[in-house]
Order: sequence, then structure tokens, then C-alpha cells
Amino acid sequence: MDFKHLLYIIMAAVFVNNYVLQRFLGICPFLGVSKKLDQATGMSIAVIFVMLLATAVTWPIQNFLLDPNGMGYLQTVVFILVIAALVQLVEITLKKYIPSLYKALGIYLPLITTNCAVLGVTVLNITEGYSFAESMANSFGSGLGFFLAMVIFAGVRTRTESCEAPDSFQGLPITLVSASILAAAFNGFAGVVETLFG
Amino acid sequence: MNSIVFAVLSVAVIALLCSVMLVVASKVMAVPEDPLFPAVRECLPGANCGACGYAGCDGYAKALASGEEKRTNLCVPGGDSAAAQVAGVLGVEAEDVIEMMAVVACGGDCELAPEKADYEGTLTCAAAKLLSGGPKACVYGCLGYGDCANICPVHAISIVKGIAVVDPNVCIGCGLCSKTCPNHIIHMIPQIQKVFDRCSNPGMGKPVMEVCKAGCIGCTKCAKVCPEGAIAMEGNLAHVDSGKCTGCGTCVEACPTKSIQFVDWKKD
Repeated sequence: MDFKHLLYIIMAAVFVNNYVLQRFLGICPFLGVSKKLDQATGMSIAVIFVMLLATAVTWPIQNFLLDPNGMGYLQTVVFILVIAALVQLVEITLKKYIPSLYKALGIYLPLITTNCAVLGVTVLNITEGYSFAESMANSFGSGLGFFLAMVIFAGVRTRTESCEAPDSFQGLPITLVSASILAAAFNGFAGVVETLFG
Repeated sequence: MNSIVFAVLSVAVIALLCSVMLVVASKVMAVPEDPLFPAVRECLPGANCGACGYAGCDGYAKALASGEEKRTNLCVPGGDSAAAQVAGVLGVEAEDVIEMMAVVACGGDCELAPEKADYEGTLTCAAAKLLSGGPKACVYGCLGYGDCANICPVHAISIVKGIAVVDPNVCIGCGLCSKTCPNHIIHMIPQIQKVFDRCSNPGMGKPVMEVCKAGCIGCTKCAKVCPEGAIAMEGNLAHVDSGKCTGCGTCVEACPTKSIQFVDWKKD
């Protein structure tokens, strides 16, 4: 397993299989917290953090606990349980030892506890049959992709908020329309990464 | 059957482990919260009006508890009693709260101030003002669509004969109406002030009389007759110095348009 392969996985996760824009996971924070750039950044960093953490815990659970005992079907239940408990633990730890980071991530951490993007990443890591290193790379790339989508969309939204949309399009409709256009634009990445790294 | 029991058991064990871990963690790594905050917050009325300058009662209580804010008398709705309680909790000397009240500086009701047009748009002052200053002939006056009445947290403002009227017995002096009024004609005045100029038109003489019979024409009579020298003219409107005014009423008698009036203070 060479570095190039990991880079390929990261790039593919960021651009081609972008969790928000191509897989349509994690849409609620994507629409909910993308109004301001600083909030979008805070949320995305928290997502990267939780994705890495969740993968680091769930991958061993699946491969050393569930699969050997033939309980792969418990995946979803156990993952939600473990991720939720883990995020709570991280929150408590941060509050005690790194208050500044807690202040920055504090309100976003509980929000993404059982976010579908986080659960999606951990489940897909298993279904793709990734090794531990590959899983971590994929999680990091997915978080980065979420970050990218959030930041781009925060920029788009500051523009749509200040322009005059037709009455029936004001608010959420114009947001959804611009989100779909952004998703369509990301389709253009399909094939690019494969040609570069594949 | 066996597999079901095994699955249930294993998930239960994982959940138990997680919960034990969380309980231990929350006990071991508990961060002591400032015990002062809830005590201070208890003293404040909880209107979240923002008169203190903080974002709600929580913000003010937090600033007081942490020692950033030394002044205990910022809460206008809570008045002296809240200030005394807060000071008691914090162990500092209480200072008196200067109670404030909102007054509407416009007496041009539908009989005295004619309208120049019929307005049939959105029924808010802000919207009406956008359309060439509103339907009233006097563009400085009260528009009467009740933006202030809608924002008032204690419903102290009503619209009587087309102008906003503040009920002095209900007003808590938070100042939200004053910030909301698009014409900025609601003033917050301290309790010691006895009279005020009930007009906001900065014009002089005839242009004012043409648009409103209750307007202040800037004749300066009040300023001349005041025995205390408490009234100064500012842009053709009378400005009362609340520190000097004794409430003798000389100006109220002298005013030719009855624009200077006594402040209707609380009856109690």
C-alpha cells in the first residue's frame, strides 16, 4: 500500500465521491450551518475530527468484534451507539483540558454526533473493504470534501441572500436550487481524479 | 434463538460499557461552573429586553458573575429591587436605578394632523415610511401603524387616534420601542423629568402649522419663560434639561400650540 494509493483515495473522496454533493449525505448541516463562513468552517472542522475519530473506533469493532462472531448485521446499531458515546466523551474531555477548542467546536460536536455523513463514512469504509489506513484516508478525504462543499456553499449563499430572488424562490428554494447547481458542477470531477492517479 | 440472545447481549454490553465510561468521565472531568451565575440570574426579571446593553438577562448575569461588569443598576425593568438583590448576591453596594419611560414625541393625532394620501400598503410603520415618508402630511410624526406596540414586551403601547400612546403604569423602560420607531420619535426620559416637547418636526412656524396643529413651531417662548433656564432650543424643538426642570408648568402654560406637555408619570 503506497502513498499514491492513499492520495488517490483522499482525492476521490474530496472531489468525485463528495459526501454532500455526490452522495447527498449530511445535507442538513450543509443547508443549516452554511449561512456564515465562520460557522461553516467550525462545523466542517468538527466533522473532519469526528469522522476520523469514528473510523478509528468503528473499523476495529467491525473487523475484530462483529465480523469474527458473525454479527455484521449489528453494524448500524453498534456504530450509532459507539459514535454517540464517543462524541460525548470527546466533548467532556475537551471541556476539561482544551477549553479553547471546546469553545470553537462546542456547539457543533453534539450536532454531528449521529450525522448521516459520519455514519455513512464508517459504514462505507467497511463495505468498500478498506484496510485501516485506507479507511482513515477515506475518512479524512470525506471530511475534507465536506469542508470544501461547506465553504464553497457559504460563499454562494452570502451572494444569494443579498440578491433579489423572485418571491416564490426566496429563502430555502433558492438555496436548494443553488445547491443542486453546485452538485451538478461537481459532476465535472468524475474521471479527472482517476486519470491523474489511477 | 441463540443468535438473538447473543446479539442483544453484546449490544447491551457495549452500551453498558459506553455509559459507564461516560459517567466516569463526567465525574472525573467535571468542570466547576460559576455558582454565582444562577444566583445572579435569579434576581433579574427575565424580560430579555436588552436595556442593560447585554444580549438578554443571561448575558448580563454572566458579565456580573464573572466580575467584568461592576454596575449592578443597569436593569431598568427590574428597577431598584433587582439592583439591590444583585448587589446583595455579589456583596457590593447597591446603587439606585434611574427609571426610564418611553414618551412619544408626536401629538399629531388624526384630528390635528391631516393626511396627504391614502396608504394601502403593508401595515407597518417601516413600510409606510418607505413610501415618500408615509401618508401623514408631517413626515416627522408618528405613523401610527404600531411597530412600537408590536415590539413592546409588556404591551404598554396602544395606538389611540392614529398615534402611539405609552401607558406609564405598564412601561418598563427597556427602550425597544425607541430603537424600533423608524422616525425615531420615541424618547427614553428619566423619571425626574417633568415636561417634554411633544413634537419632532424640526421646521419653524408656518411649515409646521400647515401639516399639524399640535406641532412645535420653534417660537422659543418656553425657553424664555422658564424660571430655571432648563429649556434649550435644539433645531427648533425644545429640549428639557431633566436635572434643572422643577415641573412648575410655566412653559406648559406659555406654549401657543400646547406642544410642551407634562409627562404622564406613573399614578402611584
